[in-house]
Amino acid sequence: MAEQYTPKDFKSNQEIRWCPGCGDHGIINSVQKAMAELGYPRESWAVISGIGCSSRFPYYMNTYGFHTIHGRAAAIASGAKSANPKLNILQVSGDGDALAIGGNHFIHAIRRNIDITTLVFNNEIYGLTKGQYSPTTKLGTKTKTSPYGTIETPFNPGELVIGAQGKFFARTLDMNINLSAEVIEAGVRHKGTAVVEILQNCVIFADGAHAAITDKEMKEERQLILRHGEPMVFGKNKDKGIMFDMKAGKLKVVEIGKDGITLDDIMVHDAHSVNPSIHWMLVHMKAPEYPVALGVIRDVEGTTYNDALEAQIEDVKAKSPIRCVEDLLNSGDVWEVK
Amino acid sequence: MSEKTEVIDKKDIVIRFSGDSGDGMQLTGQQFSDAAALFGNGVSTFPDYPAEIRAPQGTVGGVSGFQVHIGNDPIKTPGDFADVLVAMNPAALKANLRWAKKGATIIVNLDAFTDKNIEKAGYKENPLEDVVLQDYNVVPVKITTLTEEALKDSGLDQKSIVKCKNMFALGMIYWMFDRTVDHTRDFINQKFAKKPEIASANVKVLECGFNYASNVHALAVHFNVAPAQIEKGRYRTITGNKATAWGFLAAAEKANLPLFCGSYPITPATDILQELALRRDLGVKTYQAEDEIAGICTSIGASYVGNLAITTTSGPGLALKSEAAGLAVMAELPLVIVDVQRGGPSTGLPTKTEQSDLLQALYGRNGESPMPVVAASTPGNCFDYAFWAAKIAVEHMTPVVLLTDGFLGNGAQPWKIPSLKDYPSITPRVAKEGDDYKPYARDPETLARMWALPGTKGLEHRIGGLEKVNVTGEISYVPENHQIMTDLRDAKVAKIADCIPQQEIFGNQDGGDVLVVGWGGTYGHLYSVVRELREEGHDVSLAHFNFINPLPKNTNEVLGKFKKIVVCELNLGQFAQYLRAKFPHYTYYQYNKVAGLPFTVVELKEKITELLGK
Repeated sequence: MAEQYTPKDFKSNQEIRWCPGCGDHGIINSVQKAMAELGYPRESWAVISGIGCSSRFPYYMNTYGFHTIHGRAAAIASGAKSANPKLNILQVSGDGDALAIGGNHFIHAIRRNIDITTLVFNNEIYGLTKGQYSPTTKLGTKTKTSPYGTIETPFNPGELVIGAQGKFFARTLDMNINLSAEVIEAGVRHKGTAVVEILQNCVIFADGAHAAITDKEMKEERQLILRHGEPMVFGKNKDKGIMFDMKAGKLKVVEIGKDGITLDDIMVHDAHSVNPSIHWMLVHMKAPEYPVALGVIRDVEGTTYNDALEAQIEDVKAKSPIRCVEDLLNSGDVWEVK
Repeated sequence: MSEKTEVIDKKDIVIRFSGDSGDGMQLTGQQFSDAAALFGNGVSTFPDYPAEIRAPQGTVGGVSGFQVHIGNDPIKTPGDFADVLVAMNPAALKANLRWAKKGATIIVNLDAFTDKNIEKAGYKENPLEDVVLQDYNVVPVKITTLTEEALKDSGLDQKSIVKCKNMFALGMIYWMFDRTVDHTRDFINQKFAKKPEIASANVKVLECGFNYASNVHALAVHFNVAPAQIEKGRYRTITGNKATAWGFLAAAEKANLPLFCGSYPITPATDILQELALRRDLGVKTYQAEDEIAGICTSIGASYVGNLAITTTSGPGLALKSEAAGLAVMAELPLVIVDVQRGGPSTGLPTKTEQSDLLQALYGRNGESPMPVVAASTPGNCFDYAFWAAKIAVEHMTPVVLLTDGFLGNGAQPWKIPSLKDYPSITPRVAKEGDDYKPYARDPETLARMWALPGTKGLEHRIGGLEKVNVTGEISYVPENHQIMTDLRDAKVAKIADCIPQQEIFGNQDGGDVLVVGWGGTYGHLYSVVRELREEGHDVSLAHFNFINPLPKNTNEVLGKFKKIVVCELNLGQFAQYLRAKFPHYTYYQYNKVAGLPFTVVELKEKITELLGK
């Protein structure tokens, strides 16, 4: 069953050509770590990417890999998984690939709940074309195609996932290899479309896009790492938490030990809640009012498209008198010319 | 049987059913055509319907027609002009009178010729009282009233009653051709097995129509079309779209590969997806994608993991798929892209036929992106060319375009059920565990690479849309390598010519005065006209192409045998242009038509005769 692998077993012989300091280096280490821990046969993996910096990923992996065309990785991955459900499909896309040109395939893969794992490397910029704004670029950001600042509201990938009836959504940071490996592993184990948003830093064109969260001084105050069944506590001294403000109908940050609030008052994370309302609020939390939610935010069971497809085939096969093409050709209205 | 008026023996006859798009004319026509096929006639059909599902009632734009050509020999075309026209309302008469022969019998539903309907159809006066109809044998019948009368005790509501009126017309036509209503009676009883009251109402009206025709002597003529002398065997009626779907099923079975069809609904190709969706019993995976691009991309994904993958579309969809098609060229993965051509450009004429996607199929991608192109030429042989397209794709590791068109896709013919034993083998080039696998190592004969399927231990490798080093498959921007790979991809497609049949000539094998050249869906019309001209003693032959890229190896030789070459196609001359580029040393005359309609034998005969005289 599970084989013994080390992360090195998943490295290809190709020289990695991402820029020095690029967040992608950390991500590939996380993925290889997760794959080694999962122990699935190396040949069972197919890494399928679109176009963009992140989409070079398959070349650096010693697995099956397919570097496809811009935006279409989700569709190609959907076809591959439907055609051979035994494979483990890791789909790799950037924010532009997954959410701009590939937005349609992204939401429909999620809606169908095809059992693939989708990594969205979100660096809030188009890197490979050298610095144009993406659908996740913050409002007002100056880029080469928005020299006076963007005038578009960005997507929050988690909102799209939940809006498309997604069953699994996790968020992590490129540099946090342990957390990334943990949530990628959880995503792969999840049966259904699992989307992992990785906040990734582009050192060249959008350096510091996630600095508000990753800043060394502030990160413990700005990151809430969620684990199912555990209270939503954060802060250097673990003295902050999330409560549900009944009056306002929204989440609020509280200090434990202040105003009589104890750890028991803090909301406990339920990633398995079918109702996505709280997950949506968690996905939506932004600095400085809130910490940014990381970890597995939503992980709900559901029927996968590929399982339903196999089941339907077995069901129809069992009932149909047609077993081969010649049965079909000779079925229905046929007549003999003598 | 009833006492008969006048019985005329006919070699062949054309009947056109027409009415509002909700009047059930397609079903009526199909029923008559199935019954004729069962009787043993040669049959060819042509559904002519509007793009709107329920266009405004009573208007010319909403008229749906179905033409059936039956004969005592294997019929190749649905016929140019109708001997019998059924017009369920004034708009149907207005839209279809031009398709009726002078002297044709025209059965009209008199009840529908109200002032309002006459005006809606765009007539100033009641056409039934006009001189325009004096050259025809008009048979006005109160079809609606008679249907209502027949069903007055049925307990059905008025709407359901009126819906049965097409069966009255069909009953009349059965009488007119000395056929029984048995086939349609069985069909109705089966179709409405769960609604016995609807079944019995339809059967009753069908029989009433038949009896009415026999009683009133309104139909002065009674036609007899003898069964055709056709090859012995088992037959069924098949449309081109169904034959296409089934050809892929046959190919998948022969190749021992699962069949995957990622597709998006588009007229007139949707039937193929629908037909395959029924075939879960044969393990078929149809995937109705979110758009045309996802249609081809899911199929590329399926091909990547080892399925026989196809995607089906029509012209605008082919345009959307072109980038992904280029990926399949670059990754050298097997895939069949079916384009059921329709009138273009843009949305064009979705329900009408045309051959204007040829150049798009050949060249409509970025970069040097060679792709084999195969075209079916009859509804029945859509089966064979789907099979061929799949065989080429899998054995040569390339995407292939299969061109059919709306005329073939929707048209039907009696089809001799083939035995799969008579079809060639299909051998996928699947690499095995333990092979020394190099993604772009090639077969020296075909230049095809091997297919290493994810899941196979030890063959892990990477492919993609970036240029690769020949053999190893690593990314390469080296100029010399790009030249090598470009040449190899081109040569690989050209080498398919070694594996396809030679081009046949119908007519003078040694050459002669005129060679008519066609391709794809115009075969029936071109064959019919060449046969007629030859029977009249003219030196005319036909070379009708099914393999477009590459062309059969003897193409140059075939063209070179004739003094004059005339290329006939339903576009502005795309195949002619292609031949001119390949064989510039010949002169090509052209006959082209872009009217959303098939050729007529009459117009072709006129043009070719003109050329003969030159």
